[in-house]
Amino acid sequence: MSSLTLGNRIKSENVTIQASRLRPNTISSGHRACQGCGEALAARCAIDAAYEAANGKIILVNATGCLEVFSCATPENAWKIPWIHSLFGNAPAVASGVAAALSNQKRNDIRIIAQGGDGSTYDIGMGCLSGMFERNDDVLYICYDNQAYMNTGVQRSGATLPFTRTATTLPNSKYMGNDPQTGKNVPQIAMAHGIPYVATASIGHIHDLEQKIAKAVQINGARYVHIHVPCPLGWGFEPSKTVKIAKLAIKCGLFPLFEAENGKVTKSTPIDEVIAVDDYLKAQRRFAHLFSKSASPDPLSFLQKIADKNIEKYGLKKGISNE
Amino acid sequence: MLCQLEGSQAIARAIALCRPKVVCAYPITPQTHIVEGLGELVRSGELSECEFINVESEMAALSVAIGSEAAGVRSYTATSSQGLLYMMEAVYNASGMELPIVMTLGNRTIGAPINIWNDHSDAMSARDAGWMMFFAETNQEALDLHIQAFKIAEKTKNPVMICVDGFILTHAYERVDIPSQEEVDKFLPFYSPEVCLDIEEPLAMGAMVSPDYFMEVRYIAHIKQMKAIETIGSISEEFFQKFKRKSGGFLREYEIDGAETVIVSMGSVAGTIKEVIDELNANGEKIGLLSLICYRPFPADILNKALKNAKKIIVVEKAFAIGIGGFLSREIELAIKDKEIVSVIAGIGGRNITRSMLKECFLQKNNNQSTKFLGLNEGIIEAQ
Ligand SMILES: Cc1ncc(C[n+]2csc(CCOP(=O)(O)OP(=O)(O)O)c2C)c(N)n1
Ligand code: SF4
Ligand SMILES: [Mg+2]
Repeated sequence: MSSLTLGNRIKSENVTIQASRLRPNTISSGHRACQGCGEALAARCAIDAAYEAANGKIILVNATGCLEVFSCATPENAWKIPWIHSLFGNAPAVASGVAAALSNQKRNDIRIIAQGGDGSTYDIGMGCLSGMFERNDDVLYICYDNQAYMNTGVQRSGATLPFTRTATTLPNSKYMGNDPQTGKNVPQIAMAHGIPYVATASIGHIHDLEQKIAKAVQINGARYVHIHVPCPLGWGFEPSKTVKIAKLAIKCGLFPLFEAENGKVTKSTPIDEVIAVDDYLKAQRRFAHLFSKSASPDPLSFLQKIADKNIEKYGLKKGISNE
Repeated sequence: MLCQLEGSQAIARAIALCRPKVVCAYPITPQTHIVEGLGELVRSGELSECEFINVESEMAALSVAIGSEAAGVRSYTATSSQGLLYMMEAVYNASGMELPIVMTLGNRTIGAPINIWNDHSDAMSARDAGWMMFFAETNQEALDLHIQAFKIAEKTKNPVMICVDGFILTHAYERVDIPSQEEVDKFLPFYSPEVCLDIEEPLAMGAMVSPDYFMEVRYIAHIKQMKAIETIGSISEEFFQKFKRKSGGFLREYEIDGAETVIVSMGSVAGTIKEVIDELNANGEKIGLLSLICYRPFPADILNKALKNAKKIIVVEKAFAIGIGGFLSREIELAIKDKEIVSVIAGIGGRNITRSMLKECFLQKNNNQSTKFLGLNEGIIEAQ
């Protein structure tokens, strides 16, 4: 036993790419994201990691959404790699086209990444995404999940959690926010296509995120990485708390971290110390109505059940493996 | 090489001769045989080094072409009717991004009510989408226009749509002259765009543009298309020199010298109109035809010259805007002022356009209505 990795000697492989002096900076500072934007942070971590793993040979296809708008607006462009934006709902198909062109030119060394928010991924782009998966096109798709349509002013998407307050799911007499009977699970839908690699990641665990992206970018075929990206503006928390909020989501089990290959979960990241969902929800104004004096306790126990199920399903309790 | 071929097969052969690197489409009647034909040419190896991709929708079909064209390779798709509407957001996107994609539109009407037969409603729905649009009169012209289309598109950095009447051309067997690969290679050079998605020279495509620049972007697109009139003319002339066949260009004249009445039409209906003209002129009438091939950019000056001696203009049009009337006749009015222009809406949803209908219509003297619906069954309307 020694304490070498704990600070006496930090080897370069133990440092995240983001912490390294040589980080690629695929997206430069000066873009227009809000302060503390989880999506901006995740994109930087993910694309830098992909860039490292692919020796800088990356082409990016971006769906419409916050990331597209804040990173590239004439005459400014924050990307130092080839980047294309076409529409809100077609990024996976555009990426399939880029992949077809490159495969035709025998340039399989160049890796293609399509990226979009949860709205483009879950809702309007679902058809194109499923088509790209089903054809097993050589594309890595990254979903930046901030659980609503942020770019248009925080409206509900298919990724919005039950009971969330958004601009289109205001708490009223019928529902305490977003209808709990709605929503879907895109990582599971991706797995159902039997594609070679699916993973969830979070900016609350950058090391894990970088490793998953580095792995994903090198696999051939369709791949899907789903990143949890808290949004200070849409969720209602201080910009300095973004990473903390992401960590709370992991710790309570509402955002399980796992990997799946060919449709089967192969690995999950156990939670050191499981916390109650309340600790996560309380920290955000989008759930404030669930904590008012008159609020019923049912929504909280509903959300707790989702977290408990995740913990069980993915084996997130320390010492209990999912296999 | 002369062959007796179905129109769709002729188009598929033409596309294969243009050596696209990515072909991607979604089936819809009457376009299906074109894509099936191309699939077969890829399978047989006649079209080699081409990625043939089966997608889940027209939105994906054109989006794949957007991606592959942006990555720098020649790309092709085809659709009809509902399919064009389904991909419409990408139709505007492709022209906005100046991607020289070529698309065949097997013309079919638009529902509801659903109807698979021919008219030009689908093409008209995309007439303002920034694509160049050409209408083929015969299968030979359809074949020739596709070969010219890639050259026009790539030279002007603008997508091109070739409109081919559904069934009437797509499913009709006609004799066509298919050029050799060598001839086409000499006419259509290898495609290498000035800029594309390239890791050596990274660039951003499709970025947000603010009000400070947007109007200029649109203005340039307009000027670019108007200027393309020159390019289209010289490419059809070059085609004539190399293939010894007049195909494409702006319009085709028939019995125009001394004609008092000039018919204007687009697409395959010109064939029937010419027969009617022959018959009527043999009896002393003075009727001519202008078959408009290039619809976008709209060659107003060229039309103006061709129509200046006409006393009366009859526009036979296979689409109209509900609540206004014919599209083409309105546009002809832009090209030529102070002439009697009659709009004849014909062939909607596949309604037959017969010689006797046309004859009666061309001979009618005092028109009290400027829009007529050819072959309208009054009985059906009254019963409603
Ligand atoms: C066809 C179409 N419908 C709607 C829009 C408007 N729109 C632009 S971005 C957006 C929301 C994006 O949400 P998401 O994908 O979650 O990305 P985020 O902004 O949250 O990162 C919407 C609705 C559009 N651009 N195109
Ligand atoms: S609204 Fe949210 S996702 Fe969009 S830029 Fe701001 S913080 Fe980022
Ligand atoms: Mg979102």
